[in-house]
Amino acid sequence: MLTRRQTLQHLTVATALMASPAGIRMAFGAVPTDKRLVVVLLRGGMDGLAAIAPYGETSYRRTRGELALPRPGEPGGLVDLDGQFGLHPALASLEPLYRSGDLAVAHAVGIPYRNRSHFDAQNVLENGTHLPHSTVDGWLNRAIGAMAPGDVPVGLAVGANVPLIMRGDARYTTYAPQVLPDVGTDFITRLERMYRQDPILTKTLADAVQAQAMKDDVLGQPRKGSRRDQGGAQAYFRESFGAAGKLLADRNGPRVAVLDTDGWDTHAFQGTTGGPLATQFENLATGLTQLRKGLGAAWQESVVAVLSEFGRTVAINGTKGTDHGTGSVALILGGAIKGGQMATTWPGLDPRHLFEGRDLAPATDIRALLKGILRDHMAVPEGDIEDRVFPDSRYVAGLPGLIRT
Amino acid sequence: MATEQAYVAATRFGYGPRPGDLVMIASDPKGWLRDQVENTDLPTELRNLGPSAPLLAETQRQQQGAPQAYVKYLKGEARDVLGREVGRRTMAAIRSGTPFRERLVHFWSNHFTISVKRPQIIAAAGAFEREAIRPNIFGTFADLLVAVTQHPVMLMYLDNQFSFGPNSPAGRQRDFGLNDNLAREILELHTLGVDGGYTQDDVIGLAKLLTGWGVARPQDRSSGTPGAFVFRAVGHEPGTKTLLTKTYRQNGVRSGEEALRDVARHPATARFVATKLATHFVADEPSAASISRLEKVFKDTGGDLRALTLALIDIPETWDAPLSKFKTPNDLIISSLRALNVNELADQRIIGALGLLNQFPFTAPSPAGWSDKTADWMTPEALMTRIEWLRALGNVSPVPNPVDWAESIVGPVLSDETRTTVAQAQSRTEAVALVFSSPEFQRK
Repeated sequence: MLTRRQTLQHLTVATALMASPAGIRMAFGAVPTDKRLVVVLLRGGMDGLAAIAPYGETSYRRTRGELALPRPGEPGGLVDLDGQFGLHPALASLEPLYRSGDLAVAHAVGIPYRNRSHFDAQNVLENGTHLPHSTVDGWLNRAIGAMAPGDVPVGLAVGANVPLIMRGDARYTTYAPQVLPDVGTDFITRLERMYRQDPILTKTLADAVQAQAMKDDVLGQPRKGSRRDQGGAQAYFRESFGAAGKLLADRNGPRVAVLDTDGWDTHAFQGTTGGPLATQFENLATGLTQLRKGLGAAWQESVVAVLSEFGRTVAINGTKGTDHGTGSVALILGGAIKGGQMATTWPGLDPRHLFEGRDLAPATDIRALLKGILRDHMAVPEGDIEDRVFPDSRYVAGLPGLIRT
Repeated sequence: MATEQAYVAATRFGYGPRPGDLVMIASDPKGWLRDQVENTDLPTELRNLGPSAPLLAETQRQQQGAPQAYVKYLKGEARDVLGREVGRRTMAAIRSGTPFRERLVHFWSNHFTISVKRPQIIAAAGAFEREAIRPNIFGTFADLLVAVTQHPVMLMYLDNQFSFGPNSPAGRQRDFGLNDNLAREILELHTLGVDGGYTQDDVIGLAKLLTGWGVARPQDRSSGTPGAFVFRAVGHEPGTKTLLTKTYRQNGVRSGEEALRDVARHPATARFVATKLATHFVADEPSAASISRLEKVFKDTGGDLRALTLALIDIPETWDAPLSKFKTPNDLIISSLRALNVNELADQRIIGALGLLNQFPFTAPSPAGWSDKTADWMTPEALMTRIEWLRALGNVSPVPNPVDWAESIVGPVLSDETRTTVAQAQSRTEAVALVFSSPEFQRK
């Protein structure tokens, strides 16, 4: 079994071998709004019952067994939010945000998908429908299309690949690390000529070139040779979330970003106050703190939605982990959020109320949160939300009261 | 004279031509591929690498010792082994005279993904591919599935080594129980596919059939070679188990093998594997006809991979549309180094490139493995990184006459635009980088 420190070290070993360093490419232009929206994807099915534990629930300790977290006030205990729910201690740095009204918690949320495949569930979370393979574009991209028709890249995808949620017709830019020297404008000009017959390469290169032009303005010269492996996973969270914040804060920068994280699949030895999941929570908290720092004054105009494709089983499995479950938790942060609230319909952990007898039942459709945010924060017209962004979801009403007015 | 068919054989099925290859292949491209569908001998590059059992046993011993020493081992010795494995594996593909065979090994290795994100398997990841994948790529799919599932690295990667039947003697005594991770991924990702018609009960059924499949530890020598597969009867769930409406009454390791063989021959598996092969070799969105051809061969032969591979070679769509797929980073690195006739390169250089372009072997982000599709690789950031790396490669390895060389590498598909641009390059190194960055070379 791994100690927490060992696990941290293992992450470093693995990420070091994948060495991906830092830099920025993005395009610029006049963007149509001052509002910012960030979606953070936690891939692998984040254990919502560990992130925000319903310690006031009578069934909690009994059903969670060894994975139940110590009560508030006990050593390594939960950080109380409202007398019923508590933050995982590794997320303690988020508590002040809850107190200041910059963090709302939506518990027992879920997507309209009830099987247990990560990949299908992520597709549903990202394509905004109720079927895994129904579209080749993402709801966030369609939302950008609805809020900003035209050619300005309002979206930003952070990471080596563009996730489905950001793919589509609306233009976006990407950010990821860099170590090699620039190839120079003359070489790029030659490439542009060669690529004329190839639409995909032409467009991708044009986006990359525009991105390059912006990078020095916003981030200054990239640190040559800076590598993600110098600090492991935590450095990755710090660097990519921090850079995303800075880019979004820029007057001419993007307005909508997606940050991709994986490593949330906790089948074995997930731990409680220590262990791999606690480490992941620490990394996430670090990332969110850096994101806020990077945003600076723009934090007041921002909403950050932290989402996972599903949760985990309530009960512990045979290897002291949890298996794929249904209801999870969504964290909604930002200066624009009407926080300090649990935006939660709580179905309870009594075995009679569990989905299929094993999962926290999903009482709120994640699309209800997202529809409320798009309507009240990003001013996406309701007609577009219903027809384009989340088609076939009229039965799910956008949640009111999430945004400060 | 090199032909377009030779180019497809070399690039779509293989890892791109080395100088001279296209002329050599041109007389009989399909025959060149068919000749590779026979033996599965280890390439010379891989012959001095160690087997998995002692590597896993050593890892287990280290894990039981002081935490700091274990971490030192993982970051030192274990990581060195992995680096050497990845370096040699890649060099084997770069030098190979049978590159189609290497591509098939990599394809199946990706289908049965394992990842060193699980640190216990860092040292043995390469050995897993040599032991479980490589010898079985021209056997039956059932043999391949059993070999992979029974390999200690897979059992550790997907948490089966400590999965015990709740009603087994060990399960009743200890506080470990059933873990369905391996069973779920076998059904979803290795055989039937997510739409293959299985239920949660089938996942549990297969998980129970695989209880007791584990890895011998150094301290229990009596039960087997340390670090090797061991069947722990005391952890095996007793009684009958059901998978896909079939009841398995017998207990022991055989029932699990039988269940895997049954699921390996299932019609949904034929469909799933055919689709995956076609997506890799034919097109991002292969035609229904292409998939059906492979599916039928799979069904007719009971999953004979030799027959399936030969059928793949005969799919017309593959030959009719050259340059319809984009190279993955792994493709790009291997094909560019083949094109430069590289015969030796420090492992560290190869490792650096694979990491930089984001496809370091045995680090796929999930058990689903790496994607084959353009949209997952062709992003502004990734393209610019490719170009920067290729520009640097051009600087390192000049060729005497770039235009002649370009003809020998991409000649049959070379456009006038590219030919002109390369001919007008300011330097030989720039010309090489332009060929590598060209649409023809980025695609396959």
